[in-house]
Amino acid sequence: MIRVEALCCGYDKKDVLKNLSFHLKRGEFAGVLGPNGSGKSTLLFALSGVLPIRSGSVRINGKEISRISMRARARQMASVPQKPEISFSFKCLSIVLMGRYPFLSGWGGYSALDVEKALEAMARTETLHLAQRMITDVSGGEAQGVLIAKALAQETDILLLDEPTSSLDVARKIQVFDLLKQKNSENTTILCALHDLNLAALYCDRLIFVKHGKIVLDGSTEETFNDENLSEIYETDVRVSRHPVTGSPQAHFVPGFKAASSVHGHVLGRREPVSGGNSSDYG
Amino acid sequence: MTNRPSGTKTVDPVRAGILQKERHDRGRFVGLLVLLLLGSVASVFGACLFGRLEIPPWDVLKTFLATSGIVEGSEIDATWKAVVIHIRLSRICLSLLVGVALAVAGTVFQGILRNPLADPFTIGVSTGAAFGASMALFLGLGSGQVLGFGFIPLASLGGAVAALFAVISLGRINGRLRRETMVLAGIVVATFLSALISLVKALDEESVSSIVFWVMGSFQGRGWRHAALALPYAVAGLVMIWINSRELDILSMGDVQAKQMGVHTDRVRLRLMIGASLLTAAAVSVSGVIGFVGLVVPHLIRMSMGAEHRRLLVLSGLLGGIALLWSDVLARILLPGGEELPVGVVTALMGGPFFCFLLKRRGAKVRI
Repeated sequence: MIRVEALCCGYDKKDVLKNLSFHLKRGEFAGVLGPNGSGKSTLLFALSGVLPIRSGSVRINGKEISRISMRARARQMASVPQKPEISFSFKCLSIVLMGRYPFLSGWGGYSALDVEKALEAMARTETLHLAQRMITDVSGGEAQGVLIAKALAQETDILLLDEPTSSLDVARKIQVFDLLKQKNSENTTILCALHDLNLAALYCDRLIFVKHGKIVLDGSTEETFNDENLSEIYETDVRVSRHPVTGSPQAHFVPGFKAASSVHGHVLGRREPVSGGNSSDYG
Repeated sequence: MTNRPSGTKTVDPVRAGILQKERHDRGRFVGLLVLLLLGSVASVFGACLFGRLEIPPWDVLKTFLATSGIVEGSEIDATWKAVVIHIRLSRICLSLLVGVALAVAGTVFQGILRNPLADPFTIGVSTGAAFGASMALFLGLGSGQVLGFGFIPLASLGGAVAALFAVISLGRINGRLRRETMVLAGIVVATFLSALISLVKALDEESVSSIVFWVMGSFQGRGWRHAALALPYAVAGLVMIWINSRELDILSMGDVQAKQMGVHTDRVRLRLMIGASLLTAAAVSVSGVIGFVGLVVPHLIRMSMGAEHRRLLVLSGLLGGIALLWSDVLARILLPGGEELPVGVVTALMGGPFFCFLLKRRGAKVRI
């Protein structure tokens, strides 16, 4: 479905992604994890064709991404950003209808069928009641639901999500990921950048860990999600236990003042903020 | 939201309600469209009643009927006919055209720059166009033609595009184009170019007509000839914008999302900028710099009809035309002594306070 080979890309003089390779098969639900500034967002920008590739290749269904027209690409892949950046007060329904843009032909507007599909997508994200409200007047969580509905209205085989729930409360997070899981069971391939390790472990079948622009670990959740891997990648003390209901691995963090004496030698060293710009500021 | 059913099942009445509301909104749009269309026709004829020479309304009507050939017009006073058709009607049609052009250009600039404070005037494009036109006059190219098109609007276009790119590159800080810095850059560029216009004027009293004309905008002494000069540019601009109007909505989502939804953002934005610059050039080359029409009108429509650009463009254009038409009537009749005000003074007097209101309101309401 998505084949990435020796991918390098970045902004201006800075190379953010260095020699990334992986292959995402149809129907996989993969999480992209990693510390701040590791290149998660950049990877999603490269896959969705927003950021030009410097070297290497990204192929969608065997076809080089730069050779797929933008509209055709938007019919294969839909993206959900971290948070909405909408500058005018559109009705929420109008936002979701924009997801039908790649299917428009000629000079016409959106058809009754497009409206039907938009409403269906809104029903799935439970945002139907917001249809007539302005996107600028609803809460952040509701607006995110509308953006996910927009991506669903695009009716794509692939969904790319960039920390879609980082600003949402717990109930909303679970609601969004339940929906993603359901789409995944309908054979939608999902690649989702995440900060929340436990959310990733609950829903993703596969985890791709990115750090300093490189893939440091890639495998099934069961194989990769353990004490040693997480502690090393996140440079903090992480312990993994089992979820009481689902049995999936769940991470627990050990407070720094304790860890300082027992595990690592230098507390101050890893408390420093990550240097360099956050790649998600792009655009 | 509290309980989470499978999500696929929905109650049909909800969707039916939404669809009905959509139909209602469409009805409101069509209603407003018809109202504004009738309003502009009524305004064109109604405004012909106003002027220094008092002509009874009935005679104005008779003049129209006679001129259009519906009624045999032998008994029409030739002076009245000249005044009504060649002085008033021509100027009214021109102000309508310029109003449409400015309001549509304002809508487009606000859309592509994602900046509700943008319009041809605030971002310096109008002054750029005025500078281009006055340079053409200064260099003695005023009556020149290029492929049958007047040269002045072409020079205005050059000035408009140059000013636009200057403002964009000035307003960009760390790769981001911020709303406030963009307007500041617009003011800097506009002030600088106004000074250059004054300089050109000081160097050559003869060729560059009244400085007030370019800086404050006026329709004094303008007629059919000017309308014919501006029309091809305005039409070209409108067509270019309409072809890319659907993308204007998507650009409001930000560049990253727009690209992910299949829009060639750079290409589309360039086309829309050229379209809006064509409209600005058409307007400025015949009427000078008229502020606030392109800023206020799109906001009024957006407040009542939402932000969908196709509807917004159509309604803003019509309302802009009507608004400028009546502003010009006010400019003609406001002063008791028969003196004329530049129409830009009238639009600034009405639009300035509204601009302040917007600035204040945005501070409280908008998140970005």
